Amino acid sequence: MSSTRMPKWADVLLVPLFSLLIAFAISALVILAIGEDPVEALVIMVRGSLGSTYGWGYTLYYTTNFLLTGLAVAIAFQARLFNIGGEGQALIGGLGVALVCLFIPWPNWWTAMIAAILASAAFGALWAAIPAFLQAKRGSHIVITTIMFNFIAASVMNYMLSHVLRPPTAMDPATARFDDVLRLPRLHDILGLVGIEFSRSGPANIMLFVALLFCGLAYMLMWRTRLGFEIRAFGQSEPAAHYAGISGVKIIMVAMLISGALAGTMAVNSVMGGPQRLVLNAVEGAGFIGIAVALMGRSHPIGIIAPALLFGFLYQGGGELAIETTIPREMIIVIQALVIMFTGALDNMVRQPLEAVFLRLRRRG
Amino acid sequence: MDLATIVQILESTLRLATPLLFACLAGLFSERAGIVDIGLEGKLLIAAFFSAAIAFVTGSAWLGLLAGIAASVVFSLIHGIASITFRGNQLISGVAINFLASGMSVVIAQSWFRQGGRTPSLMGEGRFPPLELPFADAVADVPVIGPLYSEILSGNSILVFVGLLAVPATWWVLYRSRFGLRMRAVGENPAAVDTAGISVVRLRYYAILIAGVLCGIGGAYLSTSLAAGFVREMSAGRGYIALAALIFAKWRPWQALFAVLLFGALEAIANRWPNLDLGFITLPNQVMTALPYILTVIILAGFVGKAIPPRAGGEPYVKER
Repeated sequence: MSSTRMPKWADVLLVPLFSLLIAFAISALVILAIGEDPVEALVIMVRGSLGSTYGWGYTLYYTTNFLLTGLAVAIAFQARLFNIGGEGQALIGGLGVALVCLFIPWPNWWTAMIAAILASAAFGALWAAIPAFLQAKRGSHIVITTIMFNFIAASVMNYMLSHVLRPPTAMDPATARFDDVLRLPRLHDILGLVGIEFSRSGPANIMLFVALLFCGLAYMLMWRTRLGFEIRAFGQSEPAAHYAGISGVKIIMVAMLISGALAGTMAVNSVMGGPQRLVLNAVEGAGFIGIAVALMGRSHPIGIIAPALLFGFLYQGGGELAIETTIPREMIIVIQALVIMFTGALDNMVRQPLEAVFLRLRRRG
Repeated sequence: MDLATIVQILESTLRLATPLLFACLAGLFSERAGIVDIGLEGKLLIAAFFSAAIAFVTGSAWLGLLAGIAASVVFSLIHGIASITFRGNQLISGVAINFLASGMSVVIAQSWFRQGGRTPSLMGEGRFPPLELPFADAVADVPVIGPLYSEILSGNSILVFVGLLAVPATWWVLYRSRFGLRMRAVGENPAAVDTAGISVVRLRYYAILIAGVLCGIGGAYLSTSLAAGFVREMSAGRGYIALAALIFAKWRPWQALFAVLLFGALEAIANRWPNLDLGFITLPNQVMTALPYILTVIILAGFVGKAIPPRAGGEPYVKER
């Protein structure tokens, strides 16, 4: 519909870019309003996140989280399902990672990583399965049920960590540290093989490449397989899909299971790749940032890579801001909200003027 | 369990149900006019912050209430611009509003008060005082009605009574006024309303403005009556629970009152007995905190009768040309 009024590149690149600029401009106004300098804030953010391999180590670590949660939201969006439950699915995915890492003596890191990916995907998918089933069979709105499941997941994790998995001698609600054998290779180790110097302390690890691989696989699934076609067809028009013999129940279930599994695997990065133990709130809002990432990336498995990197930069840069200025970390939530608002809900506000411009150019040309 | 405990539980039920009631009625107006409102949570939160902040600065709970209402109405208007004027996705707009409130409240609180995203504690005039009803002492000894009137109803903040009066008021507006009839029609069949020469856009804006005012009062109640000041994320999912109560009540005002009282009672019981001993099993407090959400899912699953939302809900109205 819109592609007839605007070239495709403008729809894919220009509209999100303009939305992003508006979101950033408003964020700058907020920073001004609380008495800080937005230009200086930007300089601190760039220096802190991209200015050293130490900064890159964290930026890419967060990027990995957002790639996986963004992909999770994007796949559900393709079936026109709004999965706000990425946060809860990733929390429960973390439980899967912890159980696999704590109770099975793995010989080396890669067997453990594969097992952790499978376990976290299974746990995440399981957590998405109930809201999916209720949507498919009982028509309960998936947005509300997945929000409820986020709260329930937080309670489950709180119980597991303070009553079941906490070592008897420890005070804080967290599991014991995993065995050192299970430490995932970090960018320092991987890039060291080809002679590139990289900071030892940044937690970005091999899961970054796994996440990128998942993006590629998701693209293949959505655009090169029958199932992907069915998911997209269902998302475009439910009655048409039904008429073509595509089962709505099956598509809702499959899309949400894939979505939940992807959100769950995010925990492999944030638990195994990060602190190497399961702590309370191991997800830190990454499930929600996935919504902004998917919206900016137009729910395309490859399209979400750039927004994921952008939010990785914002997240790490925002942490530096909180240290060096009086701007609190929550500024990132404001930026995230504005990005969701402008790329998601106010899309028409940005799109209509742009379409008018292209229409005028075409008439002239 | 003796009578004193029951009275205590009922009293705290009423207090905890009040913010839910305001949010639920707000959602009722919005959704009956065809605008789905996931952003109740964010509006409660931003209103709670501005109420507490202004009440602290001015020392007046009433000015705080006005500030809370203003903040909530601004957020309502953002939702309106996105979902009515620009016909955007109402769910996404609501989610954005919730994050905006969650981030902005802490950023501004930190900038103004430098107490880690809180406001300083409110004292004296900064909070709404308990309102003693007339003859509360005189009827205290009458069985049943006595404790009900003098212990549970009397001594609450004035906002509790505003909330209770808002229920019949909502009923009247919805079912007995011309505006209510048109509003319900806009939520069911906007094209028909448009054909009759009535502006769909204007009616929907009125509905969300009412929703903004109600959420504003609810948020103000949270931080200036229920608590003494704002703490981050103090709405704690109440906006979502209100949404569930609205579905439970099938978008009707009196039923909404009963639904929020039920959820309020759950919270009151969870607060009173963090580890509930049922004799054969002791429920840990995490079960009690999760219970409202679990119950909501069960309700949503439709095991207590089918809930049919207003037909035009969530769909932007495109006028025919």
